Amino acid sequence: MSSQENPDENLPAARATDGHAHGDVGVPDEKHPFADPGLPPHQHRIQDIDERAAKRSERTVALLFTVSMLATIGFIASFVTIPADRIVYIFPLGHISGLNFALGMTLGLALFCIGAGAVHWARTLMSDEEIADERHAIEAPPEVKAKVMADFKQGAKESALGRRKLLRNTMFGALTLFPLSGIVLLRDLGPLPEDKLRHTLWSKGKLLVNMNTDEPLRPSDVTVGSLTFAKPEGLEEHDHDFQTEIAKAALMIVRLQPENIKDKRELEWSHDGIVAYSKICTHVGCPISLYEQQTHHVLCPCHQSTFDLSDGARVIFGPAGHPLPQLRIGVNDEGYLEALGDFDEPVGPAFWERG
Amino acid sequence: MSTTTTSDSRSREKAPAGERVADWADGRLGIYSLAKANMRKIFPDHWSFMLGEICLYSFLIIILTGVYLTLFFHPSMNEIEYHGSYVPLQGQLMSEAFASTLDISFDVRGGLLIRQIHHWAAIVFLAGMFVHMMRVFFTGAFRKPREVNWLFGFLLFVLGMFTGFTGYSLPDDLLSGTGVRFTQGAILSMPIVGTYISMFLFGGEFPGGDFVARFYSIHILLLPGIMLGLVVAHLILVFYHKHTQFAGPGRTNKNVVGMPLLPVYMAKAGGFFFLVFGFIAMMAAVATINPIWVLGPYRPDQVSTGAQPDWYMGFAEGLIRAMPGWEINFWGHTLVLGVLIPLVLFGVFLAVIALYPFIESWVTGDKREHHILDRPRNAPTRTAFGVAWITGYVIMLIGGGNDIVATHFHLSINSVTWFVRIGFFAGPVIAFIVTKRICLGLQRRDKDKVLHGRESGIIKRLPHGEFVEVHEPLSQEALHTLTAHEQYQPAEIGPAVDENGVERKVKGPQKLRAKLSNAYYGEDSQIPKPTAEEYKEITSGHGHH
Repeated sequence: MSSQENPDENLPAARATDGHAHGDVGVPDEKHPFADPGLPPHQHRIQDIDERAAKRSERTVALLFTVSMLATIGFIASFVTIPADRIVYIFPLGHISGLNFALGMTLGLALFCIGAGAVHWARTLMSDEEIADERHAIEAPPEVKAKVMADFKQGAKESALGRRKLLRNTMFGALTLFPLSGIVLLRDLGPLPEDKLRHTLWSKGKLLVNMNTDEPLRPSDVTVGSLTFAKPEGLEEHDHDFQTEIAKAALMIVRLQPENIKDKRELEWSHDGIVAYSKICTHVGCPISLYEQQTHHVLCPCHQSTFDLSDGARVIFGPAGHPLPQLRIGVNDEGYLEALGDFDEPVGPAFWERG
Repeated sequence: MSTTTTSDSRSREKAPAGERVADWADGRLGIYSLAKANMRKIFPDHWSFMLGEICLYSFLIIILTGVYLTLFFHPSMNEIEYHGSYVPLQGQLMSEAFASTLDISFDVRGGLLIRQIHHWAAIVFLAGMFVHMMRVFFTGAFRKPREVNWLFGFLLFVLGMFTGFTGYSLPDDLLSGTGVRFTQGAILSMPIVGTYISMFLFGGEFPGGDFVARFYSIHILLLPGIMLGLVVAHLILVFYHKHTQFAGPGRTNKNVVGMPLLPVYMAKAGGFFFLVFGFIAMMAAVATINPIWVLGPYRPDQVSTGAQPDWYMGFAEGLIRAMPGWEINFWGHTLVLGVLIPLVLFGVFLAVIALYPFIESWVTGDKREHHILDRPRNAPTRTAFGVAWITGYVIMLIGGGNDIVATHFHLSINSVTWFVRIGFFAGPVIAFIVTKRICLGLQRRDKDKVLHGRESGIIKRLPHGEFVEVHEPLSQEALHTLTAHEQYQPAEIGPAVDENGVERKVKGPQKLRAKLSNAYYGEDSQIPKPTAEEYKEITSGHGHH
């Protein structure tokens, strides 16, 4: 179907409104130099006129489909023969799982060749003559609209919804209320917050236990320049609620020279230059793990909030909104570091009730 | 009576099996009427129209591979000791979710491949949707009658982001757990309801023992269910509206020019599904994604450096990293602006692009259907706005990887962050101005080509020694294509007084609309198309110059 047979199709849309649409006619002339000349004539491909070229295309497509079949057989063979733990060296990927590589490449090849074959078939052997289809307005014609409106009015009238107000209002009431049951049912998804976010496992007399060695810490274990992670005594990895408790109680301990501590309260709450801070970032709760010995800055690797541990863990850069909470520590009679109470403010990210 | 029966039965015997099956189906489903309208439906051809197909196919691949993964994955946070075949983690405590992901990766043959296809396809899906959305945006394909389909597509993009997020959180590894913690921290920042939502979502305090199971049902049932419905609706509308096309000879607003569904598009689109699937399978064969065995199981007190979300969440990550840590304390409450503002901006930034079609149609006041695509240069303000939006998005994407940028390019993390902070405001403005100028420049070039022809590269020496380049007039096809676009006139408020000399009240929105319209279509925002008179004057005058 070319443009010549169906000239109406090539008429541009009637867009008289803006007066700027060009080409109100199909033939360019003096007045309409930019008129739409219509669909250009179809250009034949080599396959359309030379049967040998078409045969070549056919063979190419068939070859691709054949490769796909072979690849699927290869997939099954790889699955059966290659052990799951075989590591192979493949340049430039390095040492990788042989099974994963073989399965992925054979599956990929099998699929890709089907696709390539189909597309090549479509491009070289199927007709590439462009056809024009008419569009129809999405909007309904006025008489259809009138019919629908009349039908609706009729239906609404027959339902008596507009006339019987009591019926309507109670129905809306019932329909509005019943979803409440669904919302109420969600109540037991979790407990109320209460003061759960304000307390951690730390309390007066709890020993600071080294996270790595599981041994209680002595002041001598904490050397200048090192960063030590600690958990409260009694919390074990196998405990049912370990993850939830450590998410609040995780502690980091560093030793500073007491004269380097700029914050007065920090000095008071420290022991012999040893200070203990919550490890949980006050931004959105990542564990802080990067310590710069020279400056006593700690950095959260998630969002780069930087705190100065020699100055009350003040925020010196990044998106955190307030300092890290400090844990007041001392030494018990046996010479172990112990907590002198819980944190006096909630650890981790800020929240509405935090105050 | 008897003759009709025999001829009837005879014709039934004669019909081939395929036709009989089709007859059977038609009698029950009416497939012939459906096929009449659609079997030879015309699809225009343009490379950018395949972007949406990539999304559709990767979505199907995700569903296929996802179903397979559910057969082996245990959505449980029960802590167990690992005794599988991955030696470095043996004896370590981890959740069943993590352990079963290790099993999928090391003990189920082909499990790792399917896991990686699933994850790669998700990345491709989101990237495809982003680029597809940009295609639709920059060519104005979102205009009437397709605004609703634009919203469907937008919803798919947003839901895709959250499906991706809940998906990569399921293995309960150190990296994804950090992402979940970030989400929980962001939820806590919401005024009044934050702590409640957090407690309800996690079944108590973070991390608790519930979120993997809950994310699982959201990831495999709730969100994909909604998305499947939206995909179907999106496709039905594409069929119903018929495809858009670029202006060109024979292509009008009232027709659609291309090739029929059967056979060409059946083969091309069907084949393309296999191409996409094959490509992603090969990606999964050669490129590792989310190696959870390297990351280890999640511990809320541990973290690795260089923690990054999947790319489509990177822009939210950037917002949260760039924001200064503002916190306001009052009457025993805390307003965590440092986290809340990024959270709100995240929604607003996305909503702006979602609502754009409605804003533009309000400014133009155009109620007609548009099936001819705009070339981006011919809608300079829209194009500039889109590029400004992308610039903001990309700057935040860079911000989301500020640590990676800093370590790779040996820059200070602080200066990268400051660049992002300033860039978020300055970048889009600069991009807007630059893009608009480029568009206008391209419009001028088009006009020049129409009026003076194309530079042929042939230098001619005139008798008196002057050298000139020969300009070749454009073909009729090119002339038409370059002048086919419409140009709006800026809307005017009208006279300040009415015909009786009484002052007219002009409402605020109207003034705003006139201003916006002027910004869109005023003198500085478009180059008037060449007119027939100009063309005649030049072509009949002093030849090609």
